Amino acid sequence: MSDENNRPPEVVTPATPVLDDLRRFTAARVGLGRAGSGLPTAAHLKFTLDHARARDAVWSAMDARGLAGEIANRGYPVAVVASEAGDRATYVRRPDLGRTLAPANGALLRAKLGAARIVAVIADGLSAAAVGANALPTLDAVAARLEAYGLALDAVVVAEQGRVAIGDPIGAALEAELVIVLIGERPGLSAADSLGCYITYRPADGTPDSARNCVSNIRPGGLAPKDAAFKIAWLAREALARGLTGIDLKEDSAAELETGPAALLIEG
Amino acid sequence: MAYSIALDGTNWRFSDLKDLLAKATPKRSGDELAGLAAESAVHRIAAQMALAEAPLADFLTATFVPYEIDEVTRLIVDGHDAAAFRPIASMTVGEFREWLLSPQATPEALAAIRPGLTPEMVAAVSKLMRLQDLVLVAAKCRVVTAFRNTIGLPGRFATRLQPNHPTDDSRGIAASLVDGLLLGAGDAVFGVNPATDGVQDYTRVVTLLDDIRARLDVPTQTCCLGHVTTAIKAINKGAPVDLVFQSIAGSEGANAGFGVSLAVLAEARDAALSLGRGTIGRNVMYFETGQGAALSANAHHGVDQQTMEARAYAVARRFEPLLVNTVVGFIGPEYLYNGKEITRAGLEDHFCGKMLGVPMGVDVCYTNHCDADQDDMDGLLLLLVNAGVNFVITVPGADDVMLNYQSLSYHDALSARDITGRGRAPEFEAWLAKVGLTDSAGRLRPDPDPLAMRPGLAAITARLEAAE
Repeated sequence: MSDENNRPPEVVTPATPVLDDLRRFTAARVGLGRAGSGLPTAAHLKFTLDHARARDAVWSAMDARGLAGEIANRGYPVAVVASEAGDRATYVRRPDLGRTLAPANGALLRAKLGAARIVAVIADGLSAAAVGANALPTLDAVAARLEAYGLALDAVVVAEQGRVAIGDPIGAALEAELVIVLIGERPGLSAADSLGCYITYRPADGTPDSARNCVSNIRPGGLAPKDAAFKIAWLAREALARGLTGIDLKEDSAAELETGPAALLIEG
Repeated sequence: MAYSIALDGTNWRFSDLKDLLAKATPKRSGDELAGLAAESAVHRIAAQMALAEAPLADFLTATFVPYEIDEVTRLIVDGHDAAAFRPIASMTVGEFREWLLSPQATPEALAAIRPGLTPEMVAAVSKLMRLQDLVLVAAKCRVVTAFRNTIGLPGRFATRLQPNHPTDDSRGIAASLVDGLLLGAGDAVFGVNPATDGVQDYTRVVTLLDDIRARLDVPTQTCCLGHVTTAIKAINKGAPVDLVFQSIAGSEGANAGFGVSLAVLAEARDAALSLGRGTIGRNVMYFETGQGAALSANAHHGVDQQTMEARAYAVARRFEPLLVNTVVGFIGPEYLYNGKEITRAGLEDHFCGKMLGVPMGVDVCYTNHCDADQDDMDGLLLLLVNAGVNFVITVPGADDVMLNYQSLSYHDALSARDITGRGRAPEFEAWLAKVGLTDSAGRLRPDPDPLAMRPGLAAITARLEAAE
């Protein structure tokens, strides 16, 4: 290790002090200073360490059985299914297989759960770590918000090696009116545990992505699960009321916070 | 029409031009995913040899996506200029490559044939080119656009300053924006990808960006990269929208997957033009594209992903955009598996866009489930700068904390300027010198004291603190 005191002062240019007022508001790599035009060595190595961690997170595995047990303890009808991808290496290269259910899984799902109006799907996506850290808190918060609207989750499905669109065959098998997919997002360097939520009205095979609504970056350091649940439940209620999801349904729950009935502010 | 070639005792046959282009495409995972790729290395080269013999004129009658069912095809076919095509009308694809490399293909000659080129012709010749060919020919193409500054001039490249924040927090966005400005970034655009696509958030973000730009008097433009329909709603409510953004692709079906059509894009452009916010130019659109977009929407019609990508540029050029960039490594390893495939795709996209007259930039980037790292990005950046790329994307420390991928850092652009001597947009360059951030050579001062920025920065900070 080099001794900071012995370094010639002109080699590394520190960040301009004006940034100090603002840098506490973001996890972005601001105010790094520079060595010539390049990064100082410590910042460069911190980046490579974070990349190494994210690479490892992509290849981690979801504890589907453990998760299903926790969900069953909450009293929801629950089932575990798998996509056609089979394993991680296949999953990464074959998104088509991650969108379809493995043979017989649809029928098994229907036999176990029956029909369900509102279905939540928890899928590993590209970060099992995100599911492990944030899926249950988000599920609980969504359920609570839905209850405030007089709605309820009728079933929860845990999907292994699943992409967003795995919610379509799952929803179709259960004749769902609405499917809410909670899925591990692609890990970033400072956030390997970010959850995404995709809401689809009348899910069916071939549903275009423009017919879904998305709430992203759900994690304690991003959009907190409770705040995400406010948006998700608002979208769910509006989707059911208007009979659609997608680009024609703009998430505008904040307007409700400002102008809506006082009862809605209690949990916000 | 079928194409064939005999090689080492095997007669390779390709059912039509679409099949020939797919088989001739340098190896990439997306075409393998689609089941369109060559079955072996020799199969691929056989296709390239057959493609080299194919007349360019064949492209005017070949079907890639049927005219009757696709408005992008109709745009391409109906917009073709036979007179502009005449100088190259008798060439094969292989001869076209040689002409492009020759001194006869001057910047003026390349601009003259543009209206006579179809995206499929340009994609085809790129498949016969090595990286150095893609760099050399693109460097001869000039596409200059303007709004509050001028982008695409020779000897320069611009940077999009991308101050994303996971929850669109105003102070977080401001922190990343000011960091970038102090490192000399942002002449292409201050552009934020919003975390949530609502009119209210869109309006708040675009107002914040405009406020910072105006207070510091930066000669650049701003953009919130929400959906085009959100932008139209925000414009109608009086939001200060400089550029309207949209992701686009190369078929009507893929665009429908993005929730847009040519008519919606035209409506958005008219809305942005009606505001009259550009001071020196009227290029008001910003598009992003990327190989694999059409396939991921299952709207590729059996066409290889690189040819579909080139068709997206035909959509882009119709709307005279200020900026277009391929988000080359963002889509993931199922389309571009590793650093090698990303590097080639980035140079192909830049070449094809420039050949078709699109103001092409590149998001030099990769995701964490892809086999790539910052070394690969360094290589692609330096190749692109030498190819005359109009702009690249830059984020704090190369780490986008909202979209969860790695792009270039503000520092990376500085290094590329040091290595190649390329400057920024001239109006922006003058502003940096005026506020005391750079010296007369355009390099950041070793001990910058942006005196002229202090009142503006203090006002911005105070306003954000007050909003806390």
